[in-house]
Amino acid sequence: MTDKKNSSKGTSAESRAAYWKANLSLLGKLLAVWFVVSFGFGIILVDWLNQFHLFGFKLGFWFAQQGSIYVFVALIFIYARRMRALDRRYGVED
Amino acid sequence: MDATTLTYIFVGLSFSLYIGIAIWSRVGTTKEFYVAGGHVHPVVNGMATAADWMSAASFISMAGLIAFLGYDASVYLMGWTGGYVLLALLLAPYLRKYGKFTVPEFIGDRYYSDAARLVAVVCLIFISFTYVAGQMRGVGIVFSRFLEVDIDLGVVIGMAIVFVYAVLGGMKGITYTQVAQYCVLIFAYTVPAIFISLLITGNAVPQFGLGAEVADGSGLTVLAKLDGALTELGFSAYTEGTKSTIDIFAITAALMVGTAGLPHVIVRFFTVPKVSDARTSAGWALVFIALLYTTAPAVGAFARINFIQSVNEVSYGETPGWFKNWENLGLIAWRDKNDDGVIQYRAGAPFEGKPVFTESEARGENGERVIVNPATPSENEVYVDRDIMVLANPEIAGLPDWVIALVAAGGLAAALSTAAGLLLVISSAVSHDLLKKTWMPDISDRQELRAARIAAALAIGVAGYMGINPPGFVAQVVAFAFGLAAASLFPAILMGIFSKKMNKEGAIAGMLAGLAFTVAYIVFFKFVSPELNNASNWWFGISPEGIGTLGMVLNFGVATVVYRISPPAPAHVQNLVDDIRVPAGAGAGHMH
Repeated sequence: MTDKKNSSKGTSAESRAAYWKANLSLLGKLLAVWFVVSFGFGIILVDWLNQFHLFGFKLGFWFAQQGSIYVFVALIFIYARRMRALDRRYGVED
Repeated sequence: MDATTLTYIFVGLSFSLYIGIAIWSRVGTTKEFYVAGGHVHPVVNGMATAADWMSAASFISMAGLIAFLGYDASVYLMGWTGGYVLLALLLAPYLRKYGKFTVPEFIGDRYYSDAARLVAVVCLIFISFTYVAGQMRGVGIVFSRFLEVDIDLGVVIGMAIVFVYAVLGGMKGITYTQVAQYCVLIFAYTVPAIFISLLITGNAVPQFGLGAEVADGSGLTVLAKLDGALTELGFSAYTEGTKSTIDIFAITAALMVGTAGLPHVIVRFFTVPKVSDARTSAGWALVFIALLYTTAPAVGAFARINFIQSVNEVSYGETPGWFKNWENLGLIAWRDKNDDGVIQYRAGAPFEGKPVFTESEARGENGERVIVNPATPSENEVYVDRDIMVLANPEIAGLPDWVIALVAAGGLAAALSTAAGLLLVISSAVSHDLLKKTWMPDISDRQELRAARIAAALAIGVAGYMGINPPGFVAQVVAFAFGLAAASLFPAILMGIFSKKMNKEGAIAGMLAGLAFTVAYIVFFKFVSPELNNASNWWFGISPEGIGTLGMVLNFGVATVVYRISPPAPAHVQNLVDDIRVPAGAGAGHMH
């Protein structure tokens, strides 16, 4: 762990704090979606959602066995992309 | 050529491929042995992670669980995929930045404490051995059913293969064999699924076939037909759950958090070159996993439909060959309760416990194997082991022999890839965390590498022994692996990253509290008083499978309280946390 590399431009303490805050806020939003599609749609609201239909599935059942997984994949790639942009903006990319 | 010859050819070809990769990827340093040198491409690592993660349980057992549990099996589907979101967002990038070799090493450094590292090593070894025993057993079952060799010999062959590439190639050998194994297993899983989806619905994509109409002119969708058929036979509807909402919630959470806390999965993200690679690599891992996990619900539903059609109200003499093959292995049994010579498949257990057959080759009047278990009052006459559904599926659907051979090779790939990943984290915990970091800090890199290889060989021996003499409790203790990872390792790592001041007192107290609580709860309901293991005795209605969630909450709670009454982490540790929070400088991280 070399400190020299970290002292390049944009890695002052304030800038790092701002980077971390931006990261936490992004995490909060994405994890909220993660929670809603799985625990929300797939478990808590499953019976209510099952009155609707999608591609021949009951909607709640579809979220529990298919939909939530697709959303999980999307969430990780969105996070990776948004973080790459943040890394660049704050000059902390590796 | 018959199915057995084809299976020998497929399995033989896949094994030669794994050995070839092992010889090509021999390693010479501990860095290569532990983290494949730290320059695995993120997509390659994603594929290796998928094979690492998808075990015999995912390949062989999960679709069977879905077939028989319906909606309730959603806990596995969401739990074992949702954990990757936690891993990618909360752990993997920071652990990659930290840039060392093992999970206990991170916990030991972050909490500036040998005791914390030792607690982590104990958790890791327990979790990993629990898991690996099941893999070796899976290898044995595939061998005995498809290659007609003894289960024990099958386990020994599996051990020999893993020995070659894990001991020679370490993480590097494992990484590239896992890529090959992923290709074999996903091909073996999706090909029969596509065939069966076409046969039942005319739709070639199983994910859509599951929602499509059955091609029998009834106009019903697959799920509607299944709901109807099952309720008629006295089962609950396929798309409705029978577990309580709180239990489904707790089990899903425990599996998600446990997945994110499993050491053999976490270390895979130590092998990519950069922090940003760790993030995308987790995404690719989940893409490759989702290919199988979104296919599994279709496989499960189709298998259940096919099973009902080919067994229920069919006379024993007219049952297909697979029924008798699995009966001979003791994984299917039939007891003609109403003496009509016809199989009735209904809800409820046909008899008490697992089938016990009479010692002699005695056959009943219809030719079936004779069972000594006392019958239950239910009308059901068939016992079927859930684990056979994926393996039997191609036969049940009448698919060609080469598809059956392919499934055997795929099951072996899934079991071997996971076993190798687990054995590697066990060996590195011993050679790196115990020997190098705790007992013998002066050993050279070459000596440490030799120690790692010896530890890997010993771990393979223990795993093989457990596969040949399976502790009767393997199935029961799987809940342990996830519960423990959720209640011990995950909170400690998470707080280590997201709280700068969390101290060793808090982290150790939290891990021990989470661990003790979770172990006590599972041991009580699984071993001490199994007769009390039902919803009316569970705390808050949470089953032992889901109790890791409460253990995790307890860990966080205890850690926070203890942290408040003891000194915060020292300045150099707070600087370490500051450092792992930004990606810059990750390339230098591995130089230590």
